[in-house]
Amino acid sequence: MPPQRAAASTIYVRRRMEGVAQAQVSEDLKAVTEPLLKVRGVDKHFGPVQALYQVDLDLPSGQVTALCGDNGAGKSVLTKCISGVYQPDHGEVFWEGEQVHIRNARDAARLGIETVYQDLALADNLDIVQNMFLGREKLRRGLLDEDDMERAAAKTLAGLRVTTVRSIRQPVASLSGGQRQSVAVAKAVMWNSKLVIMDEPTAALGVNQTRMVLDLVRRLRDHGLAVMVISHNLNDVFEVADRIAVLYLGRMVIQGEASNLDRQDVVEYMTTGKLSRTSPKEKRGAG
Amino acid sequence: MARAEAPELPTDPTAAVEAAKADVPPELVAQSLGEYARGYVARIRSGESGVLPVVVGLVAIMAVFEVISPNHVFLSAGNLINLFQQSAVFMVLAMAETFVLLLGEIDLSVGYVAACGGVIGVQLVQPVTTNWPWWAAILAALAFTAAVGAVQGTIITRLGIPSFIVTLAGFLIFNGVMLILLLLGPFSGYPNLTGGGFNQQVIFNLMWGSIDPNVSWIAMAVIVLGIAALFWFGDNRRRRSGLVAPPVGLTLIKIALVAAAGIAVVAISNINRANLGTLEGVPWVVPIVLFVLAAWTILLGRTRYGRYVYAIGGNPEAARRAGINVANIRTIAFALTGFTAGIGGLLYASLLGGMSNNVQGGQYVLFAVAAAVIGGTSLFGGRGKAIHGVLGGLVIGGIYNGMYLQGLDVQRIFIVTGLVLLAAVTIDAVSRRART
Repeated sequence: MPPQRAAASTIYVRRRMEGVAQAQVSEDLKAVTEPLLKVRGVDKHFGPVQALYQVDLDLPSGQVTALCGDNGAGKSVLTKCISGVYQPDHGEVFWEGEQVHIRNARDAARLGIETVYQDLALADNLDIVQNMFLGREKLRRGLLDEDDMERAAAKTLAGLRVTTVRSIRQPVASLSGGQRQSVAVAKAVMWNSKLVIMDEPTAALGVNQTRMVLDLVRRLRDHGLAVMVISHNLNDVFEVADRIAVLYLGRMVIQGEASNLDRQDVVEYMTTGKLSRTSPKEKRGAG
Repeated sequence: MARAEAPELPTDPTAAVEAAKADVPPELVAQSLGEYARGYVARIRSGESGVLPVVVGLVAIMAVFEVISPNHVFLSAGNLINLFQQSAVFMVLAMAETFVLLLGEIDLSVGYVAACGGVIGVQLVQPVTTNWPWWAAILAALAFTAAVGAVQGTIITRLGIPSFIVTLAGFLIFNGVMLILLLLGPFSGYPNLTGGGFNQQVIFNLMWGSIDPNVSWIAMAVIVLGIAALFWFGDNRRRRSGLVAPPVGLTLIKIALVAAAGIAVVAISNINRANLGTLEGVPWVVPIVLFVLAAWTILLGRTRYGRYVYAIGGNPEAARRAGINVANIRTIAFALTGFTAGIGGLLYASLLGGMSNNVQGGQYVLFAVAAAVIGGTSLFGGRGKAIHGVLGGLVIGGIYNGMYLQGLDVQRIFIVTGLVLLAAVTIDAVSRRART
């Protein structure tokens, strides 16, 4: 683990263990580390439709940021601007403090950004190892090095404590929804990724499976990764998120510590873009 | 907040374990042979039967025809060799079709593309015209059929036209092309392979030549030892490094089966099968088919290309997002189908001792698809192996051969073959539903 991320996660662990006032520690955290990914003033339009207006977003390492918003708020567009599917019309993206241009998924992967799409993009007929290495197979003397890939996949899954699968050589078709999500996440973090973006990771899951995936999200955070979770489900958001960012009609209306917001606030931001009652704690993001 | 006491329990202790139980390939969880056998039974019940149905079907066909065939000639050495020679064309065409079936596509043109390959091979070795060396003629034929596959594949992938339509057009086009190619040259009739030229003789021998009985034994022993070593050391290495691996007993059983098959093939082939004089030894066509089988098994199972073919067949969008050039992989698959079809066409020309306008290209393509599907390759993409084509080809060849021995006419043979295909496709569709 790079020292910077190790520091961030150590601080985080201490916070959890000692119950230090969170706001205070997060100030410390800011002083120590620049956010892993910084988005500043991003605009994106499709023809006459302005999808994003001057959006700012911070994704710090070792924290889970939930991106919320109603349908059409621009969550997907913002995600795709980060993962290289779209290029912003204006604005800047900083990765570890340096400005970057992410032109495609390959650029994103090179930086360490991996996206787990809602449909997971797994091939049902392939087994877990084959899916985790799809497109990046290891070779030995020109042939697939199955042994090496199996070892690496097993190690990653063990690191994430994905232990419910009977065998990593079983086809993905035979896995439950939560297990499939776990495989998709393991596939994403396998490549030394630093930021994992998850699109509605719990949308199609039952209670047990949802818990399993949320535990996995926490584990990624504890490993010092930055995680961005896109979700409609405020239960899940408040369960795992350290930070919450809300988009409303293409504008970032609030971004801050999850502990400074309550459910009612987030719903109001999502549906109206502003807060009717004055909340003493909350601080507005750029909008 | 809930995350303060993030539960560190092993997640999701119950769900899906049961669902997974049946679908896991048995060699993955079994530590002993007994467990393995139980796992295998569970897997068959859940619709993941692998090659078992076709092997059972093959044994049943053999048994039935042996009992009912006149003088029980079905399992005589001569007839078994004959059966293999007849089946070889189906096998190779089925392996050709496997590449596109794995992608969830179909190639209806393989019959006539193969026939074009056969005609080109036969024409080029004619002593009175071009008189090419046999290897050049074979390369030219295969280059042509591979190019045809590549062109059809390009149209399908780049222009987005369904393969069914493009290859249906190809079916007609290459029927015509074949007839034109046939009429080239100063022959009264059609070009054949029995004129006595050396190069003609070599192509004729693809199907009819035999390897010396002693050489057959030695070659078989070398091949079986090689395969045994691969199985033994491969499985051992995996066991030692704690990877998913079959139990030792299973490795030994696999080796024993390969050895038994090798010995049986050579023993049967080395029986004199001529009515007059001697005709013995393993026919060339056996190693030719085995070579194609081995090459395509390695390509599909052990290379990146093969992995991508399965991935595209399973989930093209996932393959695309993984950075795989889907269009290229698909185009190459059609080219490989054409190439393999060319091999089938040359074998067909050799079987007939020449080419005529009596090629049933439409029938052959259906038999090719049928053989692949009967063997266990899915019509829906993503599931199948080269060996399925070989086993399915044997089933079709067996039915054909057995019914001819019964003196049944072609109408009834069509009906029975059609019913077998229908049964195989039904098994495919039902097992697919069982799995999802």
